[in-house]
Amino acid sequence: MTTAWATFWWIVLPYLAMATFVVGHVWRWRYDQFGWTSRSTQLQERRGLKWGAPLFHYGTFAAIAGHVMGVLIPARWTTKIGISPHVYHLFAASAGLLAAILVIGGMAVLAARRVFAPRVRATTTPVDWVALILLGIVAVLGIVTTAINAPLEHEYRETISLWFRGLFNANPDVSAALRAPLIFQIHSVAAWALLMVWPFTRLVHAWSYPVWYLWRPYIVYRAKRATSPNEPGTGGRKWRKIGVPY
Amino acid sequence: MRIMAQMAMVMNLDKCIGCHTCTVTCKQVWTNRPGTEYVYFNNVETKPGIGYPKRYEDQEQWHGGWTLDRKGRLQLKAGGRLRKLLSIFYNPDLPTIDDYGDPWTYDYGTVIEAPLGTPNPSVHSISALTGRDMDMRWGSNWDDDLAGGPEHAPADPNLTHMQEQVKMEFEQVFMFYLPRICEHCLNPSCVASCPSGAMYKREEDGIVLVDQDRCRGWRFCVSGCPYKKVYFNHRTGKAEKCTLCFPRIEAGQPTICSETCVGRLRYLGLFLYDADKVLGAATTPDVKDLYEAQLDVFLDPEDPEIRVEAARQGIPDDWIQAARRSPVYSLAVRHRVALPLHPEYRTLPMVWYIPPLSPVADIVNAEGYDDLNPDNVFATIDSLRIPLEYLANLFTAGRVDTVRTVLRKLAVVRAVMRGAQLGLTPNEELPKTVGTSRAELDDLYHLLAIAKYEDRYVIPKAHAEDAGRLMSQHEQLFCSLDTEGGPGMGGLGPHSIRSFQPAARADEVPTTQTFRADDGKLHANLLGWNGDGGLPHLFPEGIE
Repeated sequence: MTTAWATFWWIVLPYLAMATFVVGHVWRWRYDQFGWTSRSTQLQERRGLKWGAPLFHYGTFAAIAGHVMGVLIPARWTTKIGISPHVYHLFAASAGLLAAILVIGGMAVLAARRVFAPRVRATTTPVDWVALILLGIVAVLGIVTTAINAPLEHEYRETISLWFRGLFNANPDVSAALRAPLIFQIHSVAAWALLMVWPFTRLVHAWSYPVWYLWRPYIVYRAKRATSPNEPGTGGRKWRKIGVPY
Repeated sequence: MRIMAQMAMVMNLDKCIGCHTCTVTCKQVWTNRPGTEYVYFNNVETKPGIGYPKRYEDQEQWHGGWTLDRKGRLQLKAGGRLRKLLSIFYNPDLPTIDDYGDPWTYDYGTVIEAPLGTPNPSVHSISALTGRDMDMRWGSNWDDDLAGGPEHAPADPNLTHMQEQVKMEFEQVFMFYLPRICEHCLNPSCVASCPSGAMYKREEDGIVLVDQDRCRGWRFCVSGCPYKKVYFNHRTGKAEKCTLCFPRIEAGQPTICSETCVGRLRYLGLFLYDADKVLGAATTPDVKDLYEAQLDVFLDPEDPEIRVEAARQGIPDDWIQAARRSPVYSLAVRHRVALPLHPEYRTLPMVWYIPPLSPVADIVNAEGYDDLNPDNVFATIDSLRIPLEYLANLFTAGRVDTVRTVLRKLAVVRAVMRGAQLGLTPNEELPKTVGTSRAELDDLYHLLAIAKYEDRYVIPKAHAEDAGRLMSQHEQLFCSLDTEGGPGMGGLGPHSIRSFQPAARADEVPTTQTFRADDGKLHANLLGWNGDGGLPHLFPEGIE
């Protein structure tokens, strides 16, 4: 790989994706809170969702936890508390495979109902397809990576993870990333693509998981207060909502 | 004591002819959009009947509303907060579109575009969700007027615990209409169920609304409402519900369903209630006491102390006066003829119903009794176990004597007024048999029979005096010169121009480049700057 291409894949693309991710979310929050929803299709179809949605979401939580463990926590920390790299890999591979199976299984059910249930399909917008396909690519690449690495035991915490943490130091180590097997590289590049479209899809509902419901008083009251009137001719909407043609 | 005002509705079921005008006008105004094809903020059900959505009243199936836990504390029937967060990806209690009725339209194009000479082209039904051909199997009024009665009506959840079988033979059938909107409850379980906090109860008038910008489509409000009056817009992915036509209410006008009601059976007005008592009332141990407990929450606006306290707590005087004239307070509390719908859900609903006497009286007449003689009517009312018990299951959580008292009072009003019309000697004892007086019966007669528009709808306008407070900035969008005192209005213009004073001190050389403003400091005068040289005092230069 030439240096120019390496710079693009491992420095330009990540920062571009991060910038799009942050700016996109700010923009979406300011201009399209009306479109900020999970857009559930349980009303139209419940049997597939009953299994697909919990499998996919809980599997995703497990996968995210695994990524935090593998990418953000340095290897020396786990070694320090007495976990050898081999034991770590046994655990990461088995738990990772389990999570990947949950995610892929859930996704298969959800994708099947989205394609084959006419009522669900009718509500699906083009941007939903983009998000679903990218999510599928990233997830499949993830399970392939985990499966390949189970016997390979590549210590990605010395390659990909170093590069990733370096991004937040403004000092990404491209050579570390290039030391990783190709499948790791493809998986991470695909993930940047997903993060780039994230703010413009229904995936934004992930940030609205309502944890504060646990502490909130049950009954919410609101009093009338003076607010700025709408801009003339907009009906109060500041922007057209995303991804919904109607 | 925390006094709050609540806009509420009473419907007189005796007058409902089941014409669905309220449904149609509401639909045209509020839910005539893609995504809400199946949604009726107002619908009219035939009772006994299965309801919309199917069997929504069976909370053992749908888990809506509140219940008491083992320690007697109030909790959502669908489970606690943690349970909600864990089941957020699949809500086990959510009805599907088939429970409401798959919305359909017709393929009108085949008729409109049929070539000349086509023998009898006909439209066929297509799903509004998918656009595909479909067979109609269920809709929001599938069992209207007891259509399919022997099959559907026995599935009415209100019939399940009754000791006698409901009669479905034509001669003995018992039927009435139940128009339903959102109850705008004092203790709304939809609001409590919303994990996002997007649903709220307005402090001023108690109307329950969904903030469309905060809703994230978690859909627990839909299942949390025992009346199933919150709906999921499948296009926008947001919850929507009856708004009690708040833009009209704020302007002092009745809701669309009330305004267009052919039978003039709806009443709108204010209740004053003590918000501190709501939780206690909702926690009443025996569901049969919930009706009385809710009555106890309301405050009497005729009580001078209540009025003083309400004014002190910021309720405007015209609202207090409106509460005194409120027809719904009269019907529900003074005369006690209006009853809440399903108080056993513990939401303290605020759309109340006057139970129908007519179907009962019809049966009495069919049995050969003379309803001029209330004693005969009373005896028959008692013998009509099925209607009374059924009405009690709807309105008093099964307490039959409350329904009987209401029906007796309605029968006495009819007897007394018919006697007066026919010039018969009034039976002075009759009002006492239902614990009331002739004057009260007259008042009730006025309310029920001849109340005019202003008597049925006593709606104080919303106080929005400070709504214009933020307008000044906004007005810049139209014409900045037309502000009060502006050049367009014959004045000198905005503040900054008016304060332009080229030289205010003797030692200052008059210049077009600076001026001394109201704050006593020199400022750059961009209006007088010719572009040559510098522009001193353009930026503040610290403390002089």
